[in-house]
Amino acid sequence: MNERVAKLRKQSVETRPYISTERAELMTEFYKSDIPQRESVPVCRALSFKHLMENKTICINDGELIVGERGPAPKATPTYPELCCHSLEDLRILNSRERTPFVVTEEVRKIYSEKIIPFWKGKTIREKLFGAMDQKWHQAFNAGVFTEFMEQRAPGHAILDDKIYRKGMLDFKRDISENRKKLDYFNDLRAYDKDQEYQAMDICADAVIIFAWRHAEKAKELAKTENDPIRRSELEQIAEVCSHIPANAPRNFWEALQSYWFVHLSVITELNTWDSFNPGRLDQHLLPFYEQGLQEGTLTPEQAKELLQCFWIKFNNQPAPPKVGVTEEQSGTYVDFALINTGGLRPADGSNAVNDISYMILDVVEEMRLPQPSSCVQISKKNPDRFLKRACEVIRTGFGQPSVFNTDVIIQEMLQDGKNMTDARAGGPSGCVTISSFGKESCTLTGYINWPKIFELACNNGIDPNTGEQVGLPTGDASKFDSYQQLMDAYKEQLRYFIDLKIRTNNVIERLYANYMPAPFMSILMDDCIARGLDYHNGGPRYNPTYIQGVGIGTTTDALTAVKYHVFEQQNITMDELLTAMQANFEGHERLQQRLLYRTPKYGNDDDYADSIAEEVFNAYYDLLNGRPNTKGGKYRVNLLPTTVHIYFGSVVGALPNGRKAGEPVSEGISPTQGSDTKGPTAVFKSTARIDHARTGGTLLNMKFNPDVLAGDGIDKLAHLIRSYFKLDGHHVQFNVIGAETLRKAQQNPERYRDLIVRVAGFSDYFVDVGRDLQNEIIARTEQQSL
Amino acid sequence: MNRAREIIGRQMTVSEVMFEVEKDIIFYDQSDGGVTFSGGEPLMQPEFLLALLNQCQAKQIHNAVDTSCYAEPKIVEMVSERTDLFLCDLKHMDNEIHERFTGVGNSLILDNIRRLSEAGKEIVIRIPVIPGFNDEKANIEATGKFTASLPGVIRVDILPFNRGGKEKLARLTAESKLMQVETPGEEEMNSIAKELSKYGFEVKIGG
Repeated sequence: MNERVAKLRKQSVETRPYISTERAELMTEFYKSDIPQRESVPVCRALSFKHLMENKTICINDGELIVGERGPAPKATPTYPELCCHSLEDLRILNSRERTPFVVTEEVRKIYSEKIIPFWKGKTIREKLFGAMDQKWHQAFNAGVFTEFMEQRAPGHAILDDKIYRKGMLDFKRDISENRKKLDYFNDLRAYDKDQEYQAMDICADAVIIFAWRHAEKAKELAKTENDPIRRSELEQIAEVCSHIPANAPRNFWEALQSYWFVHLSVITELNTWDSFNPGRLDQHLLPFYEQGLQEGTLTPEQAKELLQCFWIKFNNQPAPPKVGVTEEQSGTYVDFALINTGGLRPADGSNAVNDISYMILDVVEEMRLPQPSSCVQISKKNPDRFLKRACEVIRTGFGQPSVFNTDVIIQEMLQDGKNMTDARAGGPSGCVTISSFGKESCTLTGYINWPKIFELACNNGIDPNTGEQVGLPTGDASKFDSYQQLMDAYKEQLRYFIDLKIRTNNVIERLYANYMPAPFMSILMDDCIARGLDYHNGGPRYNPTYIQGVGIGTTTDALTAVKYHVFEQQNITMDELLTAMQANFEGHERLQQRLLYRTPKYGNDDDYADSIAEEVFNAYYDLLNGRPNTKGGKYRVNLLPTTVHIYFGSVVGALPNGRKAGEPVSEGISPTQGSDTKGPTAVFKSTARIDHARTGGTLLNMKFNPDVLAGDGIDKLAHLIRSYFKLDGHHVQFNVIGAETLRKAQQNPERYRDLIVRVAGFSDYFVDVGRDLQNEIIARTEQQSL
Repeated sequence: MNRAREIIGRQMTVSEVMFEVEKDIIFYDQSDGGVTFSGGEPLMQPEFLLALLNQCQAKQIHNAVDTSCYAEPKIVEMVSERTDLFLCDLKHMDNEIHERFTGVGNSLILDNIRRLSEAGKEIVIRIPVIPGFNDEKANIEATGKFTASLPGVIRVDILPFNRGGKEKLARLTAESKLMQVETPGEEEMNSIAKELSKYGFEVKIGG
């Protein structure tokens, strides 16, 4: 990377995230005015957004080409008091916690205590939501049976398609106006509501144009006092770009990136959408501008790459807004899940979509080594191996990017969800692994559900052993169960109860957002909000699924398997003995625990005994959930991913029959229980493929390798492994290439790292199995390589 | 860990082994891979091995046999008829040194390798490079010459000595003489690879 990029990158990496009160103050100022008394909710939201865009600080950092920050400066992180108003205690925690801290100055505390808290207390979505939930919901939520994504963050997972590269805000304003004129007040009894939504969208389009113009003005001003003639001409060009887009469609590569960036900032300023927002299939969107630039001689590959690198830094300058409580536990990261997609298929004809920009993006990912934006490659059987292998090379550098997705199964998943073929091909993973049809979908994740906790409740007649409270249904005394089927039935009864509870309450939460927190700017961007006159939060998009994410398939399967195997088949442990040992957290029952851990079939080893139970666990969830209606014209769907919630979920679950002790993490995604897969990666792929991925909206599989495993023709082998998993309809896999520190931990706690594979010499083996001397040698070698 | 006797491994039938082998067919098909029978020494259990090889042939699963080649020529011949690829160990070219360190001479081994080669089998020669035992120039030269005279060799793998066996040795015996040997460095491996590749075949470190 050149000096400019290196400098901007350094600034981004070294600046600590801190809280900025600018947005909170502007919002408070607006909502204290008399406008909210006069205007409808959508118009009021739009006017508050315009107030932000007209008044927030404009920041152009020294040397940058792509401009604009969400806060007043890089890493200055705004808050969203209309959703969640942080208390002084929250601010203290944010400032001092170990994971994802935010610097909170005394000035910030003062503004919060004097202005923000007094005004917003009692008015936030968070308070409305908690107030609207019944006692059963609170019991389950407090017990850690499920989480709720929208208790302090607005629905996210919105991914953009190619529309902003073809149209400017002025074009959208025309579309809005034409649809508004067509409103039929005789036959459409919601015409007035739609009129207000259109008015709101129109105000938001203006707000974004003004925001860009303010950058143009600032750039001109800076140009006047700039002594360096090169920088002066860059600032003049920035001014030119910002006065043209996003009002109008971009004319070149630079304008395309800047236009997206203004749209991005606007979306994440309007609301704190979890799983951020992202440009989707960036390689396809940029290709026409790239080719045109090369042809006209106005762009070189080096310039294109530099602009992309500058663009990358902008993402890294925006940490995910601060989270507190359970939301922080379930998603404890600064990463805001903007996931740049490359590869896959072209929507119109289904042909290979890999192009020069796809490779250039991989180069940028490799060179920038930034946690944000995240990146993935979509791999279809039509995509060339060399693209997959180039991605594997970047994976080998060991920072977890790009993740790898199976386009061919994603398309099946989309079609199964009722999407048309073009929309299916235009989509992909958004955020973490969940699919959405880019530019056309509100794909709402409403919370994780803790399967191992539900299993624990089934073992305890619905009573939470942590509190003695009746959190679940009284499904019977498990010590009296005389068949495995009885336990499985009890588990399914509990599961049905909690899914019903989750859906019933989510159907309230969806209305809170639709009624109080519309997102008129986001609605401009998502088909068919303009055509329907409906908000993004109110069924405006073409597709509106709601997901509840199942967590802990590995742990739940292994727990059920252990009971079936030892209690009811081998009959070498009684249910009573097992429950007693679980209550004692295996203390004094170590031999029994060892048998459960090491003498029991486990999921992840291509062993039909356990894997067929995994299938049943998945199907139980799918059958109870999939296809039920939500309030937005969409349906509930299933996906299996954890972010960081498996740690929190584990902390609330006691000892389980798979030998897991109380408080330990539950398994994550569809990965086997930590350390229980001992038959190598092919067995893991075979087991995880037993789940019917095509019926989900996404699954997450993590694998760990030591960098040596991928040396030499290791790249080819990795590519073959991925292709094989994808032939089995696997949805996603990501690779953690692990470092010396992890190896040391594995040496100390081998039982947790039984699945860790290292390259020895001419062969790969489980790290825990190679003996201490060799382990030390491998640690030394790994340290050397990471230098 | 206690020092009680522990059973490592378990008895399996031919169909049980084939059940495991066939689980990974999708991976063999993707990567042109297959199954490798190694050991121990697979030629020590010829009937079992032959039954497995027959099954592999019938099911069109590519198979390889990883062997020291210390076996009756008759057994080698029968196995070779059913084997797609041989991975043959070559520890030392000098008969006496070979006998001193392994307990047997190398003439049967060299003859077997030659016979396999002349029968048209594909062979990968695998040399464990053990400092102070087989890494001196004369042995490398002799190894190169011998290997160059075989028509069927597709590659030579040189494998740096590693201490992976230490744990196993410690379980079997209290002594651990072997462990005074150091793992050869990258430079030494490269120089041996360079020397061997003069004889005109592909040499791979690790393999």
